[in-house]
Amino acid sequence: MTRKTATLVLDDGSMFHGFSFGFDKAVAGEVVFNTAMTGYPESLTDPSYAGQLMVLTYPLVGNYGVPPFSIEENGLPTFMESEKIHAEAIIVSDYSEEYSHWNAVESLGDWLKREKIPGITGIDTRALTKKIREHGVMMGRIVIGGTDNEGESGKVKGESEGEMPDYGSINYVDRVSCKEIIAYLPDGTKMSFPVDTDNFQLSTFNFQLLKRVVLLDCGVKANIIRNLLKRNVAVIRVPWNYDFNHLEYDGLFLSNGPGDPDTCDAAVRNIRKALDGDKPICGICMGNQLLAKAGGASIYKLKYGHRSHNQPVRMVGTDKCFITSQNHGYAVAGDTLGADWEPLFINMNDGTNEGIRHKTKPFFSSQFHPEACSGPTDTEFIFDKFVDLL
Amino acid sequence: MKEDIKKVLILGSGALKIGEAGEFDYSGSQALKAIKEEGIQTVLINPNIATVQTSEGVADTVYFLPVTPFFVEKVIAKERPDGILLAFGGQTALNCGVALYQSGVLEKYNVRVLGTPVQAIMDTEDRELFVRKLDEIGVKTIKSEAVENAEDARRAAAELGYPVIVRAAYALGGLGSGFCDNEEELDMLVEKAFSFSPQVLVEKSLKGWKEVEYEVVRDRFDNCITVCNMENFDPLGIHTGESIVIAPSQTLTNSEYHKLRELAIRIIRHVGIVGECNVQYAFDPESEDYRVIEVNARLSRSSALASKATGYPLAFVAAKLGLGYGLFDLKNSVTKTTSAFFEPALDYVVCKIPRWDLGKFHGVARELGSSMKSVGEVMAIGRTFEEAIQKGLRMIGQGMHGFVENKELVIADIDKALHEPTDTRIFVISKAFRAGYTVDQIHELTKIDRWFLQKLYGIMCTSKELHKLTIENGQLAIKKEYRNPDDCQSSIVHCQLLRKAKRQGFSDFQIARAFGLEGNIEKGMMQVRQFRKEHGIVPVVKQIDTLAAEYPAQTNYLYLTYSGTENDVQYQGDHRSIVVLGSGAYRIGSSVEFDWCGVQALETIRKEGWRSVMINYNPETVSTDYDMCDRLYFDELTFERVMDILELENPHGVIVSTGGQIPNNLAMRLDEQHVNILGTSAKSIDNAEDREKFSAMLDRIGVDQPRWKELSSMEDINEFVAEVGFPVLVRPSYVLSGAAMNVCSNQEELERFLQLAANVSQKHPVVVSQFIEHAKEVEMDAVADKGEIVMYAISEHIEFAGVHSGDATIQFPAQKLYVETVRRIKRISKQIAKELNISGPFNIQYLAKGNEIKVIECNLRASRSFPFVSKVLKINFIELATRIMLGLPVEKPNKNEFDLDYVGIKASQFSFNRLQKADPVLGVDMASTGEVGCIGDDVSEAVLKSMLSVGLRIPEKNILLSTGTPKQKVAMLDAAKMLASKGYNLFATGGTHRFLRENGIPSTLVYWPSEEGKEPQALAMLHEKKIDMVVNIPRDLSAGELDNGYKIRRAAIDLNIPLITNARLASAFIEAFCTLSMDDIQIRSWQEYK
Repeated sequence: MTRKTATLVLDDGSMFHGFSFGFDKAVAGEVVFNTAMTGYPESLTDPSYAGQLMVLTYPLVGNYGVPPFSIEENGLPTFMESEKIHAEAIIVSDYSEEYSHWNAVESLGDWLKREKIPGITGIDTRALTKKIREHGVMMGRIVIGGTDNEGESGKVKGESEGEMPDYGSINYVDRVSCKEIIAYLPDGTKMSFPVDTDNFQLSTFNFQLLKRVVLLDCGVKANIIRNLLKRNVAVIRVPWNYDFNHLEYDGLFLSNGPGDPDTCDAAVRNIRKALDGDKPICGICMGNQLLAKAGGASIYKLKYGHRSHNQPVRMVGTDKCFITSQNHGYAVAGDTLGADWEPLFINMNDGTNEGIRHKTKPFFSSQFHPEACSGPTDTEFIFDKFVDLL
Repeated sequence: MKEDIKKVLILGSGALKIGEAGEFDYSGSQALKAIKEEGIQTVLINPNIATVQTSEGVADTVYFLPVTPFFVEKVIAKERPDGILLAFGGQTALNCGVALYQSGVLEKYNVRVLGTPVQAIMDTEDRELFVRKLDEIGVKTIKSEAVENAEDARRAAAELGYPVIVRAAYALGGLGSGFCDNEEELDMLVEKAFSFSPQVLVEKSLKGWKEVEYEVVRDRFDNCITVCNMENFDPLGIHTGESIVIAPSQTLTNSEYHKLRELAIRIIRHVGIVGECNVQYAFDPESEDYRVIEVNARLSRSSALASKATGYPLAFVAAKLGLGYGLFDLKNSVTKTTSAFFEPALDYVVCKIPRWDLGKFHGVARELGSSMKSVGEVMAIGRTFEEAIQKGLRMIGQGMHGFVENKELVIADIDKALHEPTDTRIFVISKAFRAGYTVDQIHELTKIDRWFLQKLYGIMCTSKELHKLTIENGQLAIKKEYRNPDDCQSSIVHCQLLRKAKRQGFSDFQIARAFGLEGNIEKGMMQVRQFRKEHGIVPVVKQIDTLAAEYPAQTNYLYLTYSGTENDVQYQGDHRSIVVLGSGAYRIGSSVEFDWCGVQALETIRKEGWRSVMINYNPETVSTDYDMCDRLYFDELTFERVMDILELENPHGVIVSTGGQIPNNLAMRLDEQHVNILGTSAKSIDNAEDREKFSAMLDRIGVDQPRWKELSSMEDINEFVAEVGFPVLVRPSYVLSGAAMNVCSNQEELERFLQLAANVSQKHPVVVSQFIEHAKEVEMDAVADKGEIVMYAISEHIEFAGVHSGDATIQFPAQKLYVETVRRIKRISKQIAKELNISGPFNIQYLAKGNEIKVIECNLRASRSFPFVSKVLKINFIELATRIMLGLPVEKPNKNEFDLDYVGIKASQFSFNRLQKADPVLGVDMASTGEVGCIGDDVSEAVLKSMLSVGLRIPEKNILLSTGTPKQKVAMLDAAKMLASKGYNLFATGGTHRFLRENGIPSTLVYWPSEEGKEPQALAMLHEKKIDMVVNIPRDLSAGELDNGYKIRRAAIDLNIPLITNARLASAFIEAFCTLSMDDIQIRSWQEYK
């Protein structure tokens, strides 16, 4: 038993002891729990987890290993949601050292080590989750190695103590968004342009008479791009603060992303301009919040967020209900929606807003993730709706 | 909601049988609860009198009648319900419902099918329709061909290529199905399959693929959820009822999980289910390719398991959806605040393990395959896979302690045993690891996913580490033989190993055995227990809350785990808890009747204002429904785990007398730990259980018993037999193979049995008892308070002694006992109750011959017949007993069995059709899997109802008789006369034919299989479907070999021809159907018998 010990220390001083199974380094971040039972490769590479220590409530993790990090012709990873792990760390109860799957090439532990991300196993993740549920999300740090006499000082000796970041004040979107314009076609063609590229230069790219969707990248998951391309449109992916209004396009898609939407005012300003027009706009998660903000609504932070594969939503005014994949810590305050807007979906568990739509124009968005990956695929029709409007 | 429904009819599943067991009591009870709370009247048809659903206050009206179109139509005509629910009584109810629909009965009486429409049921049940239906939406099914004769079956198999699987359409849990590697095997299987169904399916076998199942729910607004997915540990090829099953799936990626989930929803929408169904997949282990195996458009064993595994009450919700609700109208019944439209997130893993009882049957084939043989199952919950599976292997209650540290299995050929799995397959894996097999080697032979094997291998590695340690002077130390001067492993490391072992589900017993504390294992276990408690290695209690702690749970559905640091329950130490120990896995000899007893105890405790606490682990039961008690510990009933719970719960007391033998056996050890056992003292329980002590007590109070002796040599046995004479009952203490008990009629049988089945030695003595022939067996079920009988019920077996009381047909009140016999039985029972100072339920079995009364057995706990006598008498014996155990005053009910104007018959259900090759005879070891109880104005009516309820049919015209010994032939004479005068054609084998002729009864002589070349052959007549009923009485009570009688009996079972093997029962049945016709049977509800 030569396993290295590791400890999670929460902001309130409580400690959870376990063993390190990833990269041995101290990290800090917002501690959030996710109740999904599958999908650790997808979740770890979801840019929305930037800055967060991800607690998985399902205890057995690593069973099916990790698929190859292969990149398709169009630059998108085959099995992952972005080019790297974005979560700061992963916290589990029972990491499976051995894995078994035809498509696996390495263990979760090996992958974490390669990407220099810590992982802790042996934690009572249920007790930890209940603490977060009662207290709300908290900052926490992971310390590798020995500890002081537990509980005496509440302090943990580690390799480096590091500063505890202030999650709400960091613009994580800026950290994970693309830095240039990338155009994708369904046939696998991909081309990158610097952000100062003008419309004329962009038009040298052969869009093959396809509808053009501007994708505002706040930390987009690859499956959003895959879903758009699958519906035979051209995607023009632009950085989060890029003013796309001068581009020639048919529809605007606002992606998911990490952190506090209040750090993304530049995006909100650009979206607000687009609201004056009539081109279809669709948003997901952070995209929903930015659209709401552009429409005048305000955003608040949920006590512990929704991170799971089993969130029930109902389409307002109908008997239609959907199981959705979610990953968000902030929500749109439904009662602050402007007169032109109305709720489109609501959460059936806690009544929070899960999507909005414009009363007259083709603007709508969802707080949940219709692209799934990971999670249920019931709401993929959102993409159909959007593409039909183009 | 559909507002115009005022009365609903629910069909139950009848007696428990292999493939259709307690899970339907659970689903039916849930449905009744869901409907009742809407203010709708409920009518239930179910002859299974031991169930919770047929108890007072569950359904408004109960009919103890067969669930067949004939009777259901009559009930419909009488009750005129507005709606009918078909999905809650298994395949029995579903088939009956489809028949009623097709014959126009439902339309005629304007009865609406609530929930899934019948067309959708037919689309899923008829293989061809099913494949076509799924083809329409591009969903892949297993390529199969429906054939209607053997020739087409051979052609289809040749086209598909062997191996193929053969299934009978419309059959319960794989009845009449199996794998064939060649044409010879095909021919055999196909013939059998055609006897169950006119349509047989031949399909390509996908042996080795993963098997994955989804439980899916849909409302009439087209909203769908999948409540649970499950993965079989055993790959395709082993019936899912025979597989170890894990929930949620362990080896599927997100993409695979959601691909199958999406398909399941697409299927349920297209088929048009309203309510619940399950979708079973075969899944390629090397790609994402899949096939849909089947869809069950009803609640099932899997849905009961899924409900218990997730906390999502599928049957309750399905019933509400059948009434027209949307999922969005309903609340999550655990959180009470969130929506029922959601998919549970688990933060634990569950493991289901089947329980087999194949050892009870002579000659039975032990291989596992595509048809079901297990009689029960357990569900274990843990936060590691290792913890769950090791718990589960203990729970099945077959003397195993987990994956390791068991008694060595003797396996001649491990390769073969891995490749051709039997009921011991998991232990063969353990053995293979010990023998040095690698994960890859075992994977090649078993096709079990490597992930599961790696985890099991991890358990083995921990075991090997543990074997190096021991406890010395209360501390962990390395055993002498492993000590190495350079090695300075600290005690911290040893403690970590112990903690790891506990997280991997090792019991204190396993650890003590690994530590070599074998000499006094009880003491060793206590040492381990004490050591780990001193070092804070204790389990924590966690809640099942459906949402992985995202929302708080309002229910206390609990389990224990070593993967955790914090309890979910705040214990108040108020001593207000009463803990009831449940009955564990259903098995032959212990099933739904003890669940009924447990549930009645819980209800009484609650009603009296105490906190009711249940410990049990059987997912098929009502007692493990978290609504039935204030706290449910879904966990082991081992001494270790019960003590863990009691130390946390700190209850006022524990009830051990309503859960059958498992809790009864714990009484002494709990008492030693100063646990307050409510009711009869542990010492008295021991005095009744211990043969020597009980016998001495009977002698002391002057009560007679059959003579018996514990003997350890052949000479002693011969000497004893010389005294008492043949036949004798022989009970070995160590069984090599076959049944544990046997009656030997002569010296040759005695010697053969003792040589083949049991080793007699000083270490393994046998108990030999005098066996009294042609004696009546009488049961006394009673409740006493401080040694005084408060209530009793005396019932009488129809068969003579020699048929196990669990297999016998029982009449209550007793019909043919002398007044003097009854008086003596009452007197002796009083004496025993007083002597043992009984407070609570008890049962005594008596032999009566003339007026001579002998005690055979006494159990100071509720017996199998408690629900039967309670319901016939309409006095709840368990409620009375529980009140007594709680120390509450009780009044003697002013009603007794002599006041009844009707009679109840309890008849046994056998599942020999599932147990290939087993000899379907009755003997001193129990063989039945379930029972029914029916009420009639007289014995004949009640017998007829009950025999029809266990699947017999009134024969049309041809009956085959072979009636055994001269005495038995005489016993059958009146019945034979009656048959002849009713115009039945009798066919008889040699001796019987002669006897009938001598007595002037015409019959046609037929020949035994050994009389080759002579026509007509009895076997051939069976195969040609020329016989409607077989009465075959074995000559004596010794084990049947592969003889003539066996061949006839087995053929009757395999060809689905009613078979009776007991002369007294045959006479009773024959008399019943010769004096009453189907139309004479009264359609009266339980409530109408007053």
